[in-house]
Amino acid sequence: MIEVAVRHARGAFALDAAFTAEGRVTALFGRSGSGKSTLVDVIAGLVRPDQGRIVVDGVTLLDTGTRLRVPVHRRRIGYVFQEARLLPHLSVRQNLLFGRWFSRDRAGGPSLAAVADLLGIAPLLDRRPAGLSGGERQRVAIGRALLARPRLLLMDEPLSALDEARKAEILPYVARLRDEARVPIVYVSHAVAEVARLADTVVVLDQGRVAACGPAAEVLRRSALFPGRETGETGALLQLRIATHDDAFGLTRLEGAPGRLTVPRLPLPAGASVRVRVRARDVLVAREVPPSLSARNVLPGTVTAVIPGDGPHARVEIACGDAVLVAQVTRLAAHELALAPGLPVVAIVKSVAFDEETIGVLEI
Amino acid sequence: MIPPLFLTPDEWSALRLSLLVASVATLASLLPGLAVAYLLARREFRGRALLDGLVHLPLILPPVVTGYLLLLAFGRRGWVGPALAEIGIVFSFRWTGAALACAVMGFPLMVRAMRLSFEAVDRKLEQAAGTLGASPVAVFLVVTLPLALPGILAGAVLAFAKAMGEFGATITFVSNIPGETQTLPAAIYTLTQVPGGEAGALRLTLVSVALSMAALLASEWLARRARNRLSA
Repeated sequence: MIEVAVRHARGAFALDAAFTAEGRVTALFGRSGSGKSTLVDVIAGLVRPDQGRIVVDGVTLLDTGTRLRVPVHRRRIGYVFQEARLLPHLSVRQNLLFGRWFSRDRAGGPSLAAVADLLGIAPLLDRRPAGLSGGERQRVAIGRALLARPRLLLMDEPLSALDEARKAEILPYVARLRDEARVPIVYVSHAVAEVARLADTVVVLDQGRVAACGPAAEVLRRSALFPGRETGETGALLQLRIATHDDAFGLTRLEGAPGRLTVPRLPLPAGASVRVRVRARDVLVAREVPPSLSARNVLPGTVTAVIPGDGPHARVEIACGDAVLVAQVTRLAAHELALAPGLPVVAIVKSVAFDEETIGVLEI
Repeated sequence: MIPPLFLTPDEWSALRLSLLVASVATLASLLPGLAVAYLLARREFRGRALLDGLVHLPLILPPVVTGYLLLLAFGRRGWVGPALAEIGIVFSFRWTGAALACAVMGFPLMVRAMRLSFEAVDRKLEQAAGTLGASPVAVFLVVTLPLALPGILAGAVLAFAKAMGEFGATITFVSNIPGETQTLPAAIYTLTQVPGGEAGALRLTLVSVALSMAALLASEWLARRARNRLSA
C-alpha cells in the first residue's frame, strides 16, 4: 500500500498530486513534463517537496506537517533510473552487492545467485559496467536495487533508453520480478504497451496533477487520458486462460470472461494465464454476424456506452460476458448503425491483431 | 663538458632536504586540500568566494610577498609565531618553515586539480548510491573519492613538483641555511653566485630536470591506470 500526496512548485511548473495504490505494480503514466519523474524523485527522497506526505506499507517516509523526513539512504526504496547508473569503478558483482552491504543488518531478500538467475546476468558477474550492453546494464541496475532489500522498487522509464529489441529483452524480466520478487513496484512509463503488460493500478499524471487513478483495466479503457500516438494503444485489458493449441494452423485458443479468443500460437502451456490487451482500434462493431468472415473472433455483446470524441472518432463500450471491450469507430458509423446503450451487437477482432506487444504472461 | 655525476656532500644534503620538504608539504596539504576542493566543488556557503580567493592568492602574489607574509605571521616575533613556539612548533629558519612555504605555494595547484575532478564526478552516481543505502559519508568514501582519484593524484603530483621548485617564498621566509633550509633551487642559486660553482649548479640542474620528468611520468601513469580501471 502506497500513499502519496505531494505539492511542489518550481518556476512555472507545479506538481500537486495525490494517490493511493495497492497491488504489486503501480504504473505512473504521463507524457514528458507531466511531473512523473519529479514525483518518483520525491518518493525516493532525492527532491524535497514544499509539502508532502508519503507512506509505504505503513511506514511514514515523509510528512512535512510533522517535519518528518527520512533521508534517502534510510528509506529503503530501490530506484532503477532511466540510465543504469552503475558504478564504473566496480565490477558487476560489486555493483550488485553494493546495496546489500549497506543493508547487512537486515535479514531476508533474495540471494545474489537468485537475482543473477532471475535477471539472466550470472555470466556477467566478473565484468565491468563499461563492457556491458545497454540491456545488460539495465538488468544489473534492477538486480542491484533488488538486492538492497527495498520495501518499494521505483522504476523510472527503465526501458526508455533502449531500442525495441532490448525492450523486448527486458520486459519479461520485469514481469518475472513482479510475480516472483514480491516487492511492490512503482513503474513510470509513457508507453501504454508497457503499462498494460505490467500494471495492476494505473495513475495518469497530466501537467502535475492526477488525471485518473484506478485499476489498470478501467483506466486503460479511457482513451482521452492517453494523448497523441498512445491513444491508439488503449483498449480493453482482459485476463484469459490458454484452453488449447491448434498446431496445424499455428493458433492458440483462449478462454475467459468475454468468451473464446483465437490468437497466434503462444509459446506457453495450456492452463497458463495471460493478460491480453484488445486495442480499441482493432475492434469492429456489427449489428449481426457477417457471413463468410475472415476474422476469427466474433464476440456477441451489448453496447453499454457510446462516447463521441472531438474528431471523427467515437468509442463504443461493449459488454461481452463479464468483460468490457472497447471499439474505436467513426462517429459516422456509430450514427448509421444507430449504436446506443442496450443494443445487441457483435464485436469482431482479427486474430492477427494480437502480437507480443498485446499479450503478456500473467502467471504460469 | 660533461660534469661528474656524483654529488658533493652539500649537494646531497640539498637534494635530501628538498625531497623531505616536498614530501612533507604534499602529505600535509593532502587532507586540507581535499576538504577545500570538495567544499568549493560541491557546497554553497557564505564566504565561498572569499575562500576561493584566499586559496588562489599565492598563485597571483609575487612569491617574495607570500614569503614575507609568512614571516610576519610565523616569524619568531610574528603574529602567531610566539604562541606556536610555546607548544613546540617553530617554523622560522627551520626546514619545517620551508615545508610550510612550499605547501602554501603548491596549495592552489593541488586544490584546482582536485576540485575539477570532484566536479567531474557524476552526481547521478552519488544519488544512485544513496538510494542503495549509502550515507553521505559512505557515498564520499566509496563513490566520489575513488572516481575522483586520477585528479587527486594529479593534484598531489603537481603540488610535489611545485614544492621541489619553490624558491622565492622559501628563501624570504626561512632564508638559505645549508643543511636546514637550503633546498635544491636555493643551492643552485647559491652555486651560481660563487666562482667555480658552475659544475655543481649544472649537476643539480640535471637532478632537478630528472626529478620533474619522473614526477610527470609517474602522474601520467597513475592517471592512465585509473582511467583504464573505469573503462575496461
